[in-house]
Amino acid sequence: MTSPASPYLGPDEISRTVRRLAHEIVENNRGTDGLVLVGLLSRGYTLARRLAEAIREFENVAVPVGALDIGLYRDDVTRRPAPPPVRPSEIPVPIDDNTIVLVDDVLFTGRSIRAALDALLDYGRPARVRLAVLIDRGHRELPIRPDFVGKNIPTALIQKVQVRLHEVDGLDGVFVFGEEASHA
Amino acid sequence: MLELRNPDAPAVPGEATAWKRKDLLDTDTLSEAELHLIMETAEAMREVRARPVGKVATLRGFTVITLFYEQSTRTRASFEVAAKALGADVVNLTASGSSVEKGETLIDTVRTLEAIGADLVVMRHPKSGAPYLAARNTAAGIINGGDGTHAHPTQALLDLFTMRRHVGDLAGKKVTIVGDILHSRVARSNLWTLLASGADVTLCGPATLLPKTLAASTGEGARCTVTTRMEDAIEGADIVMALRMQKERQDRGLIPSLRQYIASYQVNSRRLALAKPGALVMHPGPMNEGIEIAPEVAHGLDSVIEEQVANGVAVRMAILYLMATGRHA
Repeated sequence: MTSPASPYLGPDEISRTVRRLAHEIVENNRGTDGLVLVGLLSRGYTLARRLAEAIREFENVAVPVGALDIGLYRDDVTRRPAPPPVRPSEIPVPIDDNTIVLVDDVLFTGRSIRAALDALLDYGRPARVRLAVLIDRGHRELPIRPDFVGKNIPTALIQKVQVRLHEVDGLDGVFVFGEEASHA
Repeated sequence: MLELRNPDAPAVPGEATAWKRKDLLDTDTLSEAELHLIMETAEAMREVRARPVGKVATLRGFTVITLFYEQSTRTRASFEVAAKALGADVVNLTASGSSVEKGETLIDTVRTLEAIGADLVVMRHPKSGAPYLAARNTAAGIINGGDGTHAHPTQALLDLFTMRRHVGDLAGKKVTIVGDILHSRVARSNLWTLLASGADVTLCGPATLLPKTLAASTGEGARCTVTTRMEDAIEGADIVMALRMQKERQDRGLIPSLRQYIASYQVNSRRLALAKPGALVMHPGPMNEGIEIAPEVAHGLDSVIEEQVANGVAVRMAILYLMATGRHA
């Protein structure tokens, strides 16, 4: 599959969106006390690190960042052509009684977040869990909703949304494949 | 901080990383990409084991049967713990007390286990090659838990995992294996994974316990040395692995006496001083302390023998996970 000529969101827009999300998260938590960002590997974790960096810039506080792998918690393990790759999770602080913000790049069916909640709760009992996503493209199959959304992109089911981040992919951009997406 | 890479990109360039094997019978045909996949998956399993509740439900609904025709402590227990930590159901069978005693053949036994609902059968057998026969005659995945003097792939993989955790990349590292190489399935399976990882392997023991053709069979350019001279073997080694010396070898006249063996080949602190400082000391167990390995070395600072056992659970979880959920033609 080739990239569309221009990304739906470019590097500057992603950077502005991440900074806005960082402000919203801190505002919602009334500061950074007890706040832990946990990103889904790999791009959710990358975004969580960027959010933490943004928070450090305006609050001068280093919020802990964890990485969560959901491979062992997926509901489609036996339906996939190959075993989902699994990597170590890294939760650097106890999550008990803290506010965990799960971070992912694209929210779609909600199944990844269901798996992430199961994975997270194996580490303890957080006071509350919030969900931050860069892109919400709709088409939920489970009763899951995000608390912080970078951008809503209305999509058709046949379309593909891909977030690329330079730490992982070598470039920043949000791409919509398939039928031409309607720019909101 | 975790290393970031594109999860869709293959870890070893040019090779797909998906697991496609029905069986794990030896390490000799495992590709570099497959070894990498097992090691990376085992890292994730190690993290699972380190949690307050070291258990997940990924293999819920899968049945793992261990079928042991030979005694075992660590391999059987380790597979059972690994399967349970992934949420699978486990049934343990031994030859004594089963229909094997009534004369049931191996083929009939594995077909029966498949009919009962086994997805994976972990098998140990005194005859070299028995798991291959079983694998050809059942749709269940067969994992070789040790066959005769032939292969013990999961031991080699947990050894590789342990080495890489301490030494990192094994390319150019000197790994010395000392003991009864001829009868050791551990040595043989280790040889393949170590050579695939780029290590220089030295196999050392009395001439009667060294295979004459092994070095030649490892192929062009493979860095495998076979020697009877313990001091040469251990000099400059990064990793020293002692093998169990079975007492019956003396009865068969392969070694003059255990005392003679100890004098020439025991891994002790005096000999270990010839290796690199901080060289890793390993043993697949069960140990005969005071025979192939001196107690002060077995329990010394550089010994990772107990860690090998702990890592065995993580590595076996990785293998069970990949084999249960992989697709094979």
